[in-house]
Amino acid sequence: MGLRKVAVIGAGMTKFVRRAQETAKELSWQATRMALDSCELTIDDIDAVCLGTAPDSFDGVHMNGEYLSDGAGAWRKPYIRSYVGGGTGVFVPIQGWYHIASGLCDVVLVVAEEKMSSYYPHAQAAFMTIFDHTTERPLKPNLLWIFALEMNRYMQTYGISKEDIARVSVQHKRNAAEHPCALLGDANITVKDVLDSEVLAWPVQRYDVSPVSDGAVAIVMAAEHIARRVTDKPVWVEGVGWALDTTHWTNRDLAYPRYVEYAARMAYDMAGIREPRKEINIAEPYDPFDYKALHHLEGLQLAERGQAPQLYIDGTAARDGNMPVCPSGGLLGVGNPIAAAGLMKIAELFWQLRGEAGKRQVPGHPRRGLAQAWGDLMQVGTVMIMGR
Amino acid sequence: MSLMEGFPHAPGAWTGNLPVTNRYTFGLAGERFFRAIKDEGRIFGTHCPKCNHTYVPDVSFCERCLSELTDWIDVGIVGEVHTFTLLYENYDGSRRETPEIVAFIRFGDGGLVHRLGEVDPNATEIGNQVEAVFKPQSERTGSILDILYFKPLH
Amino acid sequence: MTTKLIKFPGTALGEDDFSKQKVLFNYDELKGDFAWDTGIAIGSYLAGLKAGIILGARCTTCRKIVVPPRLVCEWCYRPMEEVIPLQDTGTVNTFSLCYVTWDMQRVKEPEIPAVIEIDGASPLHGIMHMLGEVDPTKVHIGMRVKAVWRPAAERAGAITDILYFKPIEEK
Repeated sequence: MGLRKVAVIGAGMTKFVRRAQETAKELSWQATRMALDSCELTIDDIDAVCLGTAPDSFDGVHMNGEYLSDGAGAWRKPYIRSYVGGGTGVFVPIQGWYHIASGLCDVVLVVAEEKMSSYYPHAQAAFMTIFDHTTERPLKPNLLWIFALEMNRYMQTYGISKEDIARVSVQHKRNAAEHPCALLGDANITVKDVLDSEVLAWPVQRYDVSPVSDGAVAIVMAAEHIARRVTDKPVWVEGVGWALDTTHWTNRDLAYPRYVEYAARMAYDMAGIREPRKEINIAEPYDPFDYKALHHLEGLQLAERGQAPQLYIDGTAARDGNMPVCPSGGLLGVGNPIAAAGLMKIAELFWQLRGEAGKRQVPGHPRRGLAQAWGDLMQVGTVMIMGR
Repeated sequence: MSLMEGFPHAPGAWTGNLPVTNRYTFGLAGERFFRAIKDEGRIFGTHCPKCNHTYVPDVSFCERCLSELTDWIDVGIVGEVHTFTLLYENYDGSRRETPEIVAFIRFGDGGLVHRLGEVDPNATEIGNQVEAVFKPQSERTGSILDILYFKPLH
Repeated sequence: MTTKLIKFPGTALGEDDFSKQKVLFNYDELKGDFAWDTGIAIGSYLAGLKAGIILGARCTTCRKIVVPPRLVCEWCYRPMEEVIPLQDTGTVNTFSLCYVTWDMQRVKEPEIPAVIEIDGASPLHGIMHMLGEVDPTKVHIGMRVKAVWRPAAERAGAITDILYFKPIEEK
């Protein structure tokens, strides 16, 4: 296809906390500094910077992406900022990827940051703007509605129980107990804890939801000739994909994320993957709510429709199973600074595929991983496949 | 026929607003800067030895080389008017008799945007040395408004 | 990396760091007042609601009927010029029992938002609205519902011209 090979050669992240003292610029800088130090590069080695962050209205800062450019090391450099809601975390490394794959740049810094705590008193109120201003906002909706409506339809269509879904929350939060940056890691949580938690918008309960957080993640991507000089363990970008569905979400099939399928197929084609269930060793689907991980696993073709819960029942999705799902602990365990969460998954795959994930390490030398993010007006799917 | 022609009484506009309220922490550097203004009546910057650049207000990292900065420097309360403007309109668009003077006052390699006071607008010049006038300490809250204005140094 | 790195940056604060003024902070508010043009498609939708009708649009090439109406067909990108009246009855596609308001205040009686597939539109095509006059425990996917309209004199050309949808009595 005329595209150059691109690898991820460094990664860094801040802790994901409920509210950080650092300003958004400082969080971006902390993650950026760590990513550069991890591959012993300096800011002068970087050709361009790609950043993803929250939309201006959430932080009340005009041109929020540009406002953070100094913290992202973009002083006097080519700079691009993007936002597709939750999909940003996997969308912005795709941008970094094509900067290099096209031959324009050799080394690119990719940063994703979000500080949800600056929306006060609670970020949920900002999400009212997701609904159509004329035909939906007069009903005074709550972001939880969309998730609850989708979760209910999904459960009903395939006969999935709340217990099946709670298992996802339990496994992810337990996985996160070994993540040093996690906000809600809990090694002892049980299905009963999830099912007993407060009902917010039935069928959504408190432990089904990932926590609102502040955090930043950064990775360094490089062209092949530089990657091989800098490290003996580059993690290659093997496939990328992204797709957008209709914003008229009430005209969509809510039980199946077709946009994730399209993004996944684009990535699988690029990576030359014909049997994803055999060829993907680690899956990091986007899990802002526990049922979403199942929903996305099906969209990613990693499970039959309605069959994703089985992966959690028979141990396939466990860290030592055949296809570990969210060994990082996902958003449910580590936290959800919306724009940065997807990049956390990419950083996790980077560490996992190099054997550097410490206590979270998936055994057996995993060769290939997939990270997926979702969001925007509930209709973007972004996928990246990485491999050694 | 356009759809609208069939519905002449359709509402033309839908009004609404964006309910955005924020609470900002000042950050690691901002905390230090505003505490110094609040508690000590001093203005601080940070110096990057590699780039030989002094940032005012202070910052926790150098944007040029991305190093962590720890050289906190008291840059005094006297700065130089780098540029200024005379505002004849209020925030709401109404006219002012006497203009408000807003200036960018140089400190180190950066500076502060603030008002000038106790000065004749017609006598203001780029290059004037101006000194910060603070609120009484008991009234300060840790805000840029703890400085009332800058006045000419005599 | 994480096996070698032991210190991750980030300073966590608690709510009492703010209430006890241990850190400095300030409040701000955006003043964003808007007057959005309703547009040709939604403008007609709202006019239809004022007249007590739910409107949809048909794409003759795709043979799809969507609601609310729009100017262009998303699937074939041709103009969707046929605006047609649909019925004001439908089927519950999904619903939720919500115990928190839009700004996270807890309420005792749940609000019941739902996606209602409108009769006359293509399958799986519907609108979001509320359910009312119904026992929350009796709501189910597949339930048949009908719109309850505001009195004609009080309608303004808004989605709230429909107060809510209520179950159709079984005959």
